[in-house]
Amino acid sequence: MSVLAVDVERRLGALDLSARFETTGGVTALFGPSGAGKTSVVNMIAGLLKPDRGRITLDGTVLFDSAKGIDVPAHRRRIGYVFQEGRLFPHLSVRQNLDYGRRMSGRPREVGVFERIVALLDIGHLLDRRPGKLSGGERQRVAVGRALLMGPRLLLLDEPLASLDTGHKREILPYLVRLRDDAGIPMVYVTHTPAEVRRIATTVVRLDAGRVIAAGGLELLKEAEADAFA
Amino acid sequence: MFDLSPGEWTAVALSLRIAVVATACALPFGIAVGWLLARRDFWGKTLLDGLAHLPLVLPPVVTGYLLLISFGRKGPIGAFLDDYFGIVFSFRWTGAALACGIMGFPLMVRPIRLALEAIDRRLEDAASTLGANHLLVFLTVTLPLALPGIIAGVLLCFARALGEFGATITFVSNIPGETQTISALIYTLTQVPGGDAAAGRLVLIAIALAFAALLASEWLARRAAIRFHGE
Repeated sequence: MSVLAVDVERRLGALDLSARFETTGGVTALFGPSGAGKTSVVNMIAGLLKPDRGRITLDGTVLFDSAKGIDVPAHRRRIGYVFQEGRLFPHLSVRQNLDYGRRMSGRPREVGVFERIVALLDIGHLLDRRPGKLSGGERQRVAVGRALLMGPRLLLLDEPLASLDTGHKREILPYLVRLRDDAGIPMVYVTHTPAEVRRIATTVVRLDAGRVIAAGGLELLKEAEADAFA
Repeated sequence: MFDLSPGEWTAVALSLRIAVVATACALPFGIAVGWLLARRDFWGKTLLDGLAHLPLVLPPVVTGYLLLISFGRKGPIGAFLDDYFGIVFSFRWTGAALACGIMGFPLMVRPIRLALEAIDRRLEDAASTLGANHLLVFLTVTLPLALPGIIAGVLLCFARALGEFGATITFVSNIPGETQTISALIYTLTQVPGGDAAAGRLVLIAIALAFAALLASEWLARRAAIRFHGE
């Protein structure tokens, strides 16, 4: 039983994107070189980019279906999204950023949820700061917390470590691994770095020039490396 | 030096009232037009842009005359508003506020539009993935981020409204206690012998008010900057 099923087509300038894959929970790495269309695929899942044609379903509910004219708007998809650059709201404190999703959906505060995620990501000492005063690694941890606290059905992470230097990368990866093992939310993790895939992913979807060229387990990484040296 | 006569106080109070009402009433329209020009492509956009800027390039007397023939008691819009809503603009302080609001409008729209254009749209995308609908995105992300531009627009419109002369005097004349603002009173005083001292007092008041408005907007803009970037 697939959790997320994606079958989308979209013309993007020179790139003719046509991607089709399914995931069964856990962490799916969307893996491929830059320009392969990875970010466009997650933007379509999130509802930020409209496919020309196709169908996207999550847990059996249809998010997008061009044949039936269904296009659930982004704000009703309940899909958490961690962007490459964090995109924290600069005019709100860290606490207000974390609380944003709950407030927008009008849900009541659940006892202990906020504290649990703040503890998981180790951001308790940052709550009263503004995003402008955070380091890159802190910013991304808050971005992960903000996406988790909206109560997502699926978490999208678009190269969450790409804007960080090596030290900060090492600082944040353990939190993501902990998240995978503790939170039980299916994730789609976009990256072009094999080391990150190896560390966090349970399944791999390889994307190149807008096409899915392989989908399966971590053994695909070896193939990818062999291709790179061929 | 500041022992003003009751007539002079009336003109100062009236000027402030007209400028505040004009700016407050122009603000929703300023945000709406600024947003349309910054974010939407539609048929007639150039026309709207031109209309919004027209009061800046037209001689104020021409704007005042156009207001007189359209919003006057016998003008098409003025007659309609009088018949159906009992709203009268001609030779009332409300008419002065209308003229000042229109004269200040282009100065208000421009900084608001620029601020809206400068906002990182990706923050709005992030807000929508977090469950905010279009209206909530606008109220919680777009508007607060555009705040410095809105403050600048409000100040410019207020300053313009405070100093407006040509359109106001053409549209609603120069009636003490009703439409005689600081500027109009200074003009009147310069036309009569011995009015120099009173005119001088009002000039100083006008300078003080302009400075106060400028300082207030600087202070607000700095507070907004602190909110965005931390102390």
